[in-house]
Amino acid sequence: MSGVKLLGINGSPASRRVEWALKIKGVEYEFIEEDLQNKSQLLLESNPVYKKIPVLLHNGKPIAESLVIIEYIDEVFEGPCILPKDPYDRAIARFWAKFLDEKLPAVWKALWSQGEEQEEDKKEAYEVLKVLDNELKDKKFFGGDGIGFVDIAANFVGFWIGIVEEATGVVLVTSEKFPNFCAWRNKYLNCDQVKENMPSREMLLGYFKSRVQAVANGPK
Amino acid sequence: MAKDEVILLDFWASMFGMRLRIALAEKQVNYEYKEEEGLLNFKSPLLLQMNPIHKKVPVLIHNGKPICESIIGVEYIDEVWKDKAPLLPSDPYERAQARFWADYIDKKLYDSARKIWGTKGEEQEAGKKDFIECLNVLEGELGDKPYFGGDNFGFVDIALIGFYSWFYAYETYGNLSTEAECPKFVAWAKRCMQRDSVAKSLPDQHKVLEFIKVLRKKYGVE
Repeated sequence: MSGVKLLGINGSPASRRVEWALKIKGVEYEFIEEDLQNKSQLLLESNPVYKKIPVLLHNGKPIAESLVIIEYIDEVFEGPCILPKDPYDRAIARFWAKFLDEKLPAVWKALWSQGEEQEEDKKEAYEVLKVLDNELKDKKFFGGDGIGFVDIAANFVGFWIGIVEEATGVVLVTSEKFPNFCAWRNKYLNCDQVKENMPSREMLLGYFKSRVQAVANGPK
Repeated sequence: MAKDEVILLDFWASMFGMRLRIALAEKQVNYEYKEEEGLLNFKSPLLLQMNPIHKKVPVLIHNGKPICESIIGVEYIDEVWKDKAPLLPSDPYERAQARFWADYIDKKLYDSARKIWGTKGEEQEAGKKDFIECLNVLEGELGDKPYFGGDNFGFVDIALIGFYSWFYAYETYGNLSTEAECPKFVAWAKRCMQRDSVAKSLPDQHKVLEFIKVLRKKYGVE
């Protein structure tokens, strides 16, 4: 088995990160859309620890965890660098990518929160956004002048949040509260790399709207 | 060329700090160890300045610039002091596997272990079960190799070994025998302890137990 395969899901931020990295390097790959309700034997065998997507298969050998996969892609394939070259800059990039991954659940929770918990959940999400807002104070992108590793890792906060906010009606991001973050997001959404590497906004919006409906209808 | 100034802001019982101590020792890097003595009660101005976002130890400070998060610190050490004792494998695929397993340890082990000494009843039982399961998965990955890195002590070994210094506490409060539940893991740990860099970086297990006693009181577990 040779070549590059990606087990992923169209609408998944983690999956899209990996595709983005592959496209930066100009790597040809086969994309296999997984059904999470009916995971393929290949997925279960390739990622027995977590049984999750995305999984990259390079000449049959599997790599799991999107940030680990992106570092692998950066090291193995020719093309523009994804991570910085300087060790200190690399450490900073890894720090922010990890921060984004660790704090994603708090932001996600706030978007879907209802009732009494909502205020507390929103507060937590605001804290995360405040940190990101601060970091973007003097920068065009997380990567500096150009898109970098952290901007790829930030696809959830950059692209997905706005769509989920529209579907649920929960507003977390305002330019009053997070001016730098909003400025970054505007540039982000308008840049070619993001436009080419994210799923259809309409598709995602439709999906999240149906999730909102399902929650409103109550548990089955 | 200016001399390298390396400071490690740490807490003696931190299994995360131990990772950096071991990495620096393996590379034979001279550094100044700074203990966050009042860690349970207050954070020093230096810590707050160097790690404003998480306010946690350990922090590696190299020529005044902080590197936070221990796994990131170990990679940094490996990249900067690259002319001796490589910690990560040279093959990119093996490197990806090493990063995967270090990440697994970070995601899974600490939380389940914390439940063993930090909770009671059902929550503690769940923590015990997850902890053993985690170690069994790691044993599977270790296989018959002397170290996770193969013949050479490396990145994943460094990520994991610090937890061993807390084992006496886990066994005492969790009423479990790690020798019985994960003998391969214990054998690997003892092998690692024979390395100078590890033996000098890990605290005495009884001292850790005393510390956990204090923690339990503080969190109202006793």
